Amino acid sequence: MNRTFDVAIAGGGIVGAACAAECARAGMSVALVERELVGSGATAAGMGHIVVMDDSAAQFALTRFSQRLWHEMSAEFPSEVEFEPTGTIWVAADDDEMAEVRRKHEYYAARGVRTEILDQHSLREAEPNLRLGLAGGLLAPEDAVVYPPCAALYFWKRARDAGATLISGTVAKLEAGNLQLAEGTVIAAGVTVNAAGAWASELTAGVKIRKRKGHLLITDRYPEFVRHQLVELGYLKSAHSVTSDSVAFNVQPRRTGQLLIGSSRQYDNESKNIDHDILQRMLERACAFMPGIGPLSSIRAWTGFRAATPDKLPLIGPWPESPGLFLATGHEGLGITTSLATARLLVDQIAGRPSEIAIQPYLPSRSFTESHV
Amino acid sequence: MKRSFDVLVIGAGPAGIAAALRAAECQRSVGLVDDNPSPGGQIWRGGVAHPNGGAPWLELLSRSSVTPLYGTRVLDQPAPGLLLAEAGETLVELRYQKLVLATGAREMFLPFPGWTLPNVMGAGGLQALVKSGLPIAGKRVVVAGSGPLLLAVAATLRGYGAEIVGVCEQASWRNLATFATRLGWRKLGQAVRLKRELVGVPFYTDCWPLSAAGHGKVERVLVSHRGSPREWACDYLACGFHLVPNTELAALLGCQLENGFVKTDRCQQTSVADVFCAGEPTGIGGVELALLQGQIAGLCAGGDQSGVVELVAQQRAMRPFAARLAKAFALRPELTALATPETLVCRCEDVTLARLRECNSWREGKLYTRCGMGPCQGRVCGPATQFILGWQPESVRPPVFPARVESLLAAASNAEVNTEPNAAMNAATNPYKNPGERS
Repeated sequence: MNRTFDVAIAGGGIVGAACAAECARAGMSVALVERELVGSGATAAGMGHIVVMDDSAAQFALTRFSQRLWHEMSAEFPSEVEFEPTGTIWVAADDDEMAEVRRKHEYYAARGVRTEILDQHSLREAEPNLRLGLAGGLLAPEDAVVYPPCAALYFWKRARDAGATLISGTVAKLEAGNLQLAEGTVIAAGVTVNAAGAWASELTAGVKIRKRKGHLLITDRYPEFVRHQLVELGYLKSAHSVTSDSVAFNVQPRRTGQLLIGSSRQYDNESKNIDHDILQRMLERACAFMPGIGPLSSIRAWTGFRAATPDKLPLIGPWPESPGLFLATGHEGLGITTSLATARLLVDQIAGRPSEIAIQPYLPSRSFTESHV
Repeated sequence: MKRSFDVLVIGAGPAGIAAALRAAECQRSVGLVDDNPSPGGQIWRGGVAHPNGGAPWLELLSRSSVTPLYGTRVLDQPAPGLLLAEAGETLVELRYQKLVLATGAREMFLPFPGWTLPNVMGAGGLQALVKSGLPIAGKRVVVAGSGPLLLAVAATLRGYGAEIVGVCEQASWRNLATFATRLGWRKLGQAVRLKRELVGVPFYTDCWPLSAAGHGKVERVLVSHRGSPREWACDYLACGFHLVPNTELAALLGCQLENGFVKTDRCQQTSVADVFCAGEPTGIGGVELALLQGQIAGLCAGGDQSGVVELVAQQRAMRPFAARLAKAFALRPELTALATPETLVCRCEDVTLARLRECNSWREGKLYTRCGMGPCQGRVCGPATQFILGWQPESVRPPVFPARVESLLAAASNAEVNTEPNAAMNAATNPYKNPGERS
């Protein structure tokens, strides 16, 4: 059975689901094609941290815009989305990192984002289970956490309520004008969208996406053990390190009282299996910042694959080699945060309307320079 | 702590003990691991003389060269030939040439209204608690569910002074009668002995719990008996709907499963080289079969197959018994309707049946409701949803059991470094009690 839509989206992760909702609500007929379940890939594997970041001006603009969209929508969320405005604390280990705290504070303040500098004492008050001797931190109170699979499902339901169709199947071929499923069905569409995350380059040759493997571990319930999403400022060094495997202290409190413990980053490891060496390094890092984690009961460890681009910015817009084919991928570790902004920018481009933020930094046609940090 | 063995046996129930003894007879170094502090498994543990002949085996074990590693729980396989385990707060690295999995079975639970009330317990769980000191004398207990264990549990509890209000077996009288008439003389003898211990205890077939109710704890149970409702007052409701094999470790190691059981060849070897499996994980068959399979696995892992042919023949002869057991105690379809939409199916994550009915698979249930993602790791709700909703479980992720974070810290494949738990980390105190400690 062959069908025709205005838009056919390959990939029902949180980005694809958000794009489907935005397109359908703009009046387009939409097919969302997912090989397993909505929000079951990297969306389910990740933490679900809504965070403003400033690795680059473009990253700041996109994350800030998207964070606002999350807050605007949050009143509608059903409880299972678990939207919790916990805020983020960027933890500074030493004076060097405190200098970064102050820089970040000023950068954010100049752009209207409220943050609060925590000294050694107030950091300890905010998070008593952090180890002694940390220099301080930066509290970003507008950051939040969500349960990503249910957020993706909610986005999909918005799309469905606006008339979108969910098609279960594996995309074998994606090009301008049509999308072909492995079992043979051809879906014709005015616009096709590659939202296949870390698998995007397998559908569209030449797209500069690499799989970047991550590990997470979840504990039993320890309410109030951690109150904010905690990320070490050294995370920046980790996330930016393009060449080698890296780990960083990154802990998230879930509404249930469980803790999600991350994070790791690895290229060139495409096995879904746990890499015990890096899991160990990751947990060592967590215990180094928060020694009380050691005796906590862990329930499960798992892995997932981020879609990483060379310059740490996503690919949102037309694929220059094939007009009519759009990309919405390459979000690395920020896919949950930037899903809503991505959907907005994508639909703006499809509909030919202006966007709230400059779209040039995210266009797939940009020239890539490797991140230098 | 690091230990290395020619043959490592996981599980010190009948199958594991038999495997360990036979492997030791082959002049191999053998380690026997169990997460309980003493050997015997659910069936032989706890000091009460048991009709199934555990004492001679336990006696042999105590005089053997087998190294006991009790109170030790296997968590993960960081590298081939290496298992990671916890013994209390001590991390144990276990290396092996050959591995025998004898991980036994656990009780199956079915959700019904009121099943989460305090004092509604697993039948085997209550038995274990009573054996370890829970006072039960004079308490009124309803034992309900399915399988031969119900009678054994009722006998134990009665031995400790409990008043057994009734034993409710969901299987039909006709099924049980067919099963009983085909039991061998020895088994019939056991049954008669058990029967003698249960004189005066009402035994109901075609009978199952519909709901439990009470203020703060169970006070009464509504059962269906031959199609009519009956209500009983009680202090405890002990439930168990026969057994579910413990296949999680086998699955983690990559052993092939078939219809929910570990697939083995005639030497009890799994699809993974050097990994054997014996007892209930290969099929629910009872003690005698487990002992035979354990011996076969032990001899094959130990490398002396001279006596195996005879054991294999005996094992083959017992297969019809296992098949009859499965048939006699097959759960009736009416039990899929016990849970109401409001009944919690996943106790760890408080997921109701209504929410699960919106999903189409175990994976979907996990993803959108968190069913099975709590500390029981799906051990309770997995089999329940398989029975009620027809869902198939999916892959196992480490750790196999909830484990201290710092135990996983040492899970490096390079086992030469960081093997001792970090003293500084052990010194860190944790003010939080683990709410996930559920039996």
